[in-house]
Amino acid sequence: MLELTVNGRTHAVDVESEMPLLWVLRTHLDLPGTKYGCGIAICGTCTVHVDGRPMRSCVLPVSAAAGRKIVTIEGLAEKALHPVQRAWIEHQVPQCGYCQTGMIMSAAALLARNPKPTDADIDATMTNLCRCGTYARVKDAIHALAEGSGAPAATGG
Amino acid sequence: MTTALSRREFLKVGSSFAGGLVLEFWFPVASVAAGGVAAAEVNAWIVIHPDDRVVIRIARSEMGQGTYTALAQLVAEELDCDWAKVSAEFASPNEHIRRNRIWGSMSTGGSMGVRSSQDYVRKAGASAREMLIAAAAAQWKVPVLECVAEKGIISHRRTGRTLRYGEVAADAARLVPPKDATLRDPADWKIAGKPLHRLDIPDKVLGKPVFAVDVTLPGMLHASIAQCPVFGGKVVSVDHREALGMRGVKKVVREEDFVAVVADNWWRANEALKKVKIEWDTAGNGRVDNETIAAMLREGLADPKLPRARKLGDTKAGFAAAAKVVEAEYQSPYLSHATMEPQTCTAWLKPEGFLDVWTSTQDAEASMAAAAATAGLPLEKVEVHKMMLGGGFGRRGGPQDFVRQGVAIAKALPGIPVKMMWSREEDMQHDFYRPASIVRMKAGLDTQGRVIAMHTTIACPSILKVLMPNAPSDQGIDFTAVRSFSDMPYAVANQQVDYAMRNGHVPVGFWRAPGQQNAFYRECFLDELAATAGRDPVEFRLAMLKKNDKNRLVLEAVVKAAGWGSAPPAGVHRGVAVADGFGSYAAMVAEVSVSADGEPKVHHIVVAIDSGYVVNPDTCRAQAESNVVFGLGSILDQEINVKDGRVVESNFHNFPLPHLAQMPKVDTVLVPTGGFWGGHGEPAILPLTPAVCNAIFAATGKRVRALPLKRHDLRRA
Repeated sequence: MLELTVNGRTHAVDVESEMPLLWVLRTHLDLPGTKYGCGIAICGTCTVHVDGRPMRSCVLPVSAAAGRKIVTIEGLAEKALHPVQRAWIEHQVPQCGYCQTGMIMSAAALLARNPKPTDADIDATMTNLCRCGTYARVKDAIHALAEGSGAPAATGG
Repeated sequence: MTTALSRREFLKVGSSFAGGLVLEFWFPVASVAAGGVAAAEVNAWIVIHPDDRVVIRIARSEMGQGTYTALAQLVAEELDCDWAKVSAEFASPNEHIRRNRIWGSMSTGGSMGVRSSQDYVRKAGASAREMLIAAAAAQWKVPVLECVAEKGIISHRRTGRTLRYGEVAADAARLVPPKDATLRDPADWKIAGKPLHRLDIPDKVLGKPVFAVDVTLPGMLHASIAQCPVFGGKVVSVDHREALGMRGVKKVVREEDFVAVVADNWWRANEALKKVKIEWDTAGNGRVDNETIAAMLREGLADPKLPRARKLGDTKAGFAAAAKVVEAEYQSPYLSHATMEPQTCTAWLKPEGFLDVWTSTQDAEASMAAAAATAGLPLEKVEVHKMMLGGGFGRRGGPQDFVRQGVAIAKALPGIPVKMMWSREEDMQHDFYRPASIVRMKAGLDTQGRVIAMHTTIACPSILKVLMPNAPSDQGIDFTAVRSFSDMPYAVANQQVDYAMRNGHVPVGFWRAPGQQNAFYRECFLDELAATAGRDPVEFRLAMLKKNDKNRLVLEAVVKAAGWGSAPPAGVHRGVAVADGFGSYAAMVAEVSVSADGEPKVHHIVVAIDSGYVVNPDTCRAQAESNVVFGLGSILDQEINVKDGRVVESNFHNFPLPHLAQMPKVDTVLVPTGGFWGGHGEPAILPLTPAVCNAIFAATGKRVRALPLKRHDLRRA
């Protein structure tokens, strides 16, 4: 049995220690907001926060996540939408939306660490892939948040 | 989706009242909403709740292009309801069949979602508005002409009385719909034509389960599949002893052309699949590679008896009279769609002989037909639950391979819902690819540098032959393989276009703007001709476009917006291109630099589009941005190579997608001239590749005639 703390709740899961966190979230904890895209940590659709850092959950063995604070897209919004989610609506960022939960998690983590990212910071950090081409709006939304009343909180949960 | 479910519940009740008969296609009846409050279906497209919430049914698919919202805007515009109270839901394909295809086409491709249904969805809105007004007038016992409706409220002018749509919807639903409702002049639009927020975004930013991969059902199992790495191959033998002993594995399903492992978790299924030893019969295609494919296409180019896709004037005489003749050969590789959501299908064959399918499809009726045929059930016994698509780009329309497989797996486990999802590797290696092609162009210029003859020979696999073998073929011509040449707008008196259909074993399919490679060939070759004639590329094109040609209008618009002719930023060079397709016209100026070590960078794209009308300017701009990024990947890095009969590329490490850091600034200039309805999902990709490659020529003097750019040394000589 492994103890996982996800979005502020602790779960005991009986799975192989090498199973990637992604599949524990999606199948065993019924949190399908975190997506599978490539399985090799390139595309970032599976991005979650582990102790506040963005991690590709498709290659992170669940045993390495045990005992750490995990936040998924479902736990990002607490009482109200997270500022990044609000900015994503305001800037009409998503198209198909499949990669966007990972994109939002990456943006939230970036802003938590670096409330005023430059273009270069965004270029270097936002490595999530989007096939629809929402990149320009992702950048605009992050800049708008940086110029806004303050950086969003690190994560919900 | 609460409304959709409760509507189905009502239908069950309704049919039991009718003694189990199949429901008729027109039934203006009240459906039961959650909590037992009556909501009324005013017509098939519009359900109105007593509290004035309006649910608009959408028959087309949403894959990111924004059709879901745009169609709702068109209905709401004519209905004249309060947009704040509008939500949308997908129309049920099963109901669609049982109601005599009441929602028209459910297919979503060719940038047609809005343009091929705008007329009847607007009429549905207008008709419902007239019925609501008539119901209010009847309640007040006053003439209909004394009543008006605005923003969901009907008023009686003389007495100042008002009724809300929600108050009269049930009455309105019982009325006979008007024969022909009057549509608004787009100049008067209040909801359509505005950059309203998309209806699908709130759920998408929360990570709500909206995609096919998100479907969860009681007792559901998960499947991962392996198809023959060589296209067309069959299973010879399977050794699944090790896999069956692995944790969570429930079954190994062997079909003629694939093997699936079913487990209680997709990762477990996929891990076990790696341990299944499969012997394949590669059907004689195990030696096909890039070279044999190129040889096949070149053999086509050399064929003296090719069918003609266009013949104007006398090319022989034209070339004989030419002062200069220019020839060039261009080519493109196969490309994968690489939708972010891999192909997925959940199927549940229920004991009572009903099949439920959940999938991301661009064509719900095609999904239904594939599911019904695989299960051996009539269409009436199948429901396809349409999910939001994690990207489509043409992958999920014609070929319903994933539905056939999902249903075949469910048949092996009757009574149990099974969600089949392809791994990324499976997805990249079993696509229906953008065809590879080779094209030869030859043009004759007169002494003043005017083009007087052009002969194009196109060797390209036929998408229609693969996806619609019975589609009427015009003497061996596939219009998707010859477009941009067979309908070239430039006034060249003598033209000939020959088409060599050479198919091979690699499956080809609709990839965003099918035939888009021809715009690359034509518009780059045009630049070569302009250079030969010593003319500016814009002037050269304008001289060949008729006065009222909309290609000319968008070209003039983009030239103005991009400041063509002014000095670009230091180190930056411009390229231009124009093309029409999918009902619209698009012209583009690309600003590109090439570094000393030959690294290209696209800095800025300006695109002008004339689609006749614009239903949501913001989603139209988003589509232009989308086309730029989608096309950019194919310009820079992407190619699908074939070796030993199979695809070499397998994931995003060797089929890279552009990153955020590579995204150019995109300025979209919408110049709708009215009088026609054009699409937005694809047109902007047409001028992209040639505009960028023409800019690279301006920067380096190097003419790129084959993609991707990573194969070229772009350092200055």
